[in-house]
Amino acid sequence: MKCTACQEVDSGGTLGSGLSRRDFMKVCTAAAVYLGLDASFGAQIAEAAAAKRLPVVWISGQECTGCTETLLRATHPTLEHLILDLISLDYHETLLSGAGKQAEEALEAAMKAGGYVMVAEGAFPTKDGGVYCKVGGKPIVDILAEAGKHAAACIAIGSCSSWGGMPSASPNPTEARGAGEVLKMKGVNIPVMNIPGCPPNPYNFLSAVLYFVTFGKLPDLDDKGRPKFAYSRLIHENCERRPHFDAGRFAEKFGDDGHNQGYCLYKLGCKGPETYNNCSTLTFGDVGAGSWPVGMGAPCFGCSEQGVGFTVPLHSPARLVNVTPPAFFSPIDGAKGGGVTAGAAAVAAAVVGAAVGAGLATSKKVGEVEEGKGK
Amino acid sequence: MERREFLKLTAASGLLIAADALPAQASGAKELPPDAVGLLYDATLCIGCKACMVSCKQVNSQKGGALWSEGMTAPPYEFAGGAQIWDAPTDLSGKSVNIIQLYRSGSGTAKDDPSGYSFVKRQCMHCVHPACVSACPVSAMKKDPRTGIVTYDKDACIGCRYCQVACPWNIPRFEWDQAFPQIRKCQLCRHREEGKYSACAEACPVGATIYGKTADLRTEAARRLALPAGSSTRYPLGRVDSGRFVESKVARYEQHAYGLHEVGGAQCFVLAGVPFDKLGLPQLPEGAFAAKSETIQHTLYKGMIAPGILLAGLLFAAYRSSQDHE
Repeated sequence: MKCTACQEVDSGGTLGSGLSRRDFMKVCTAAAVYLGLDASFGAQIAEAAAAKRLPVVWISGQECTGCTETLLRATHPTLEHLILDLISLDYHETLLSGAGKQAEEALEAAMKAGGYVMVAEGAFPTKDGGVYCKVGGKPIVDILAEAGKHAAACIAIGSCSSWGGMPSASPNPTEARGAGEVLKMKGVNIPVMNIPGCPPNPYNFLSAVLYFVTFGKLPDLDDKGRPKFAYSRLIHENCERRPHFDAGRFAEKFGDDGHNQGYCLYKLGCKGPETYNNCSTLTFGDVGAGSWPVGMGAPCFGCSEQGVGFTVPLHSPARLVNVTPPAFFSPIDGAKGGGVTAGAAAVAAAVVGAAVGAGLATSKKVGEVEEGKGK
Repeated sequence: MERREFLKLTAASGLLIAADALPAQASGAKELPPDAVGLLYDATLCIGCKACMVSCKQVNSQKGGALWSEGMTAPPYEFAGGAQIWDAPTDLSGKSVNIIQLYRSGSGTAKDDPSGYSFVKRQCMHCVHPACVSACPVSAMKKDPRTGIVTYDKDACIGCRYCQVACPWNIPRFEWDQAFPQIRKCQLCRHREEGKYSACAEACPVGATIYGKTADLRTEAARRLALPAGSSTRYPLGRVDSGRFVESKVARYEQHAYGLHEVGGAQCFVLAGVPFDKLGLPQLPEGAFAAKSETIQHTLYKGMIAPGILLAGLLFAAYRSSQDHE
């Protein structure tokens, strides 16, 4: 398979499919930096990615294709570079050129080979044997379990796949669940990494994939199976509007004076204080600063946080998770002057001494005068 | 002047003095006014966002507000610089009558824990029997007989600052940097039109500060103290009777509503998860200081009898001394 549409004019040596060596190194170094690794790991990532393209199988459940769309909008690497140079995308319903039987054969071939990374997109309905979502006449939950058995690891992309997301919102008529939960239910024990978000930032996904390619394992995960390099901090902590929160300046309504001046959106229901993600630092779409919901003036919806997005009403105030008060908060007993300095005490003593001396001298003189009069 | 006329005049003035002293004799504990209003601040709900401070400053800089003065163009910001926008008060002052402060200890990570951190809101407590009103020699400080709001009248004030010394919480602050200074203190946004209420409670997004009738606030405080920690309850937003609520988890409370009994009771209360003395709210006796000092004063001057006796004694001593001299 060769992509002719994405051929580039190569300035240096090429890697055989149009990506210049220079661009390839840039991509890998950027990925290393996203991962919180030293930029020098870029070379190691490049080496690993060039050596063998990681086979990837993409299973889509109850989804809107938003997570695929987010990947389509990545620019470093672009999707074609990703699927043609860095990984080998063996099966993906949306991006596959083949269809029907041909497509399903690709999946079967991949499963026979094994050792691939299975990416799960969308939630998986478990009610009534999973009949609410089928591909090729088979319930998607069974396809997921079958593909999972031969996979080295599963990456659940998007909130739906991570914990159920929007299809699992109350009343959850199809009993939709995340991929990790379904795999566990089906007795498939493979490492699962969640990249929640609606959609997640493509670079969180790409960086995690490249990490897997390089080191042969998943990056450090938190207790909810999310990579720590991306999900260890609250959006609130690094938010560009945080100084307004700390100074008590809030937008009260959409379009009011405070909203126009970029004040904090907490009162409009922003869920940044209880949502773990790196939206505030990474932003979306590679179009510069401010390209994320809060940057645009829309309160964070908490889309990536289980129990917040699709669960809590959009405009209800967020519960603050371990809000760390800023260092400049005024303490209970703030400094109230610096006390008496030695210099001030000396001046005061000199003044008092002079006054006492003058008083004594005067009274002595008055006494002398009166004595003189008496005589 | 004839001897008879002189005696008449003396008797009349004596009566006048005695009559003046009589109404002030009614000291002792004062009662809560029937329509008393106040604030309930719950530190366990507070998120330290300072929305109350910003709102307080804006609203009170409007005509008639506690921070307003004739001809002012911008709210009195602290450390404002040239741009007149930077407000970072470190304490109550002539420019700030409401402040959120931070208690921090140890690692300072657990909220509402004595070894963690807690916020605390400081503003006038609006005492039932205010010491500042008692100490004020010119009735610049007054307690509204209906709402119980402790008010300040700049036109009556002589700038003696007795109110500052008298207040057990050091609430009234003097404008040291002004040529014609005033005392600044929270007056519960009494200048706002009917239907509006305290700006701090109105601005609070989480219901940490609520406004309402003191009686209702007492009930609400008692309800919260009775809730088991870890349970979930609905906290009113804005006013205690607003009908708007926010659902929150109940934190562990110190089993006391500060302001309920301190120095004769106040109209504003504080709930917290950290001992109050660590939050700058000292342990104070139950009786009002003002009641004590007024009792002493009014006993001494009761009917002007004691001063009369003293005067008579002095006159007698002077008379005898002059006799000896002759």
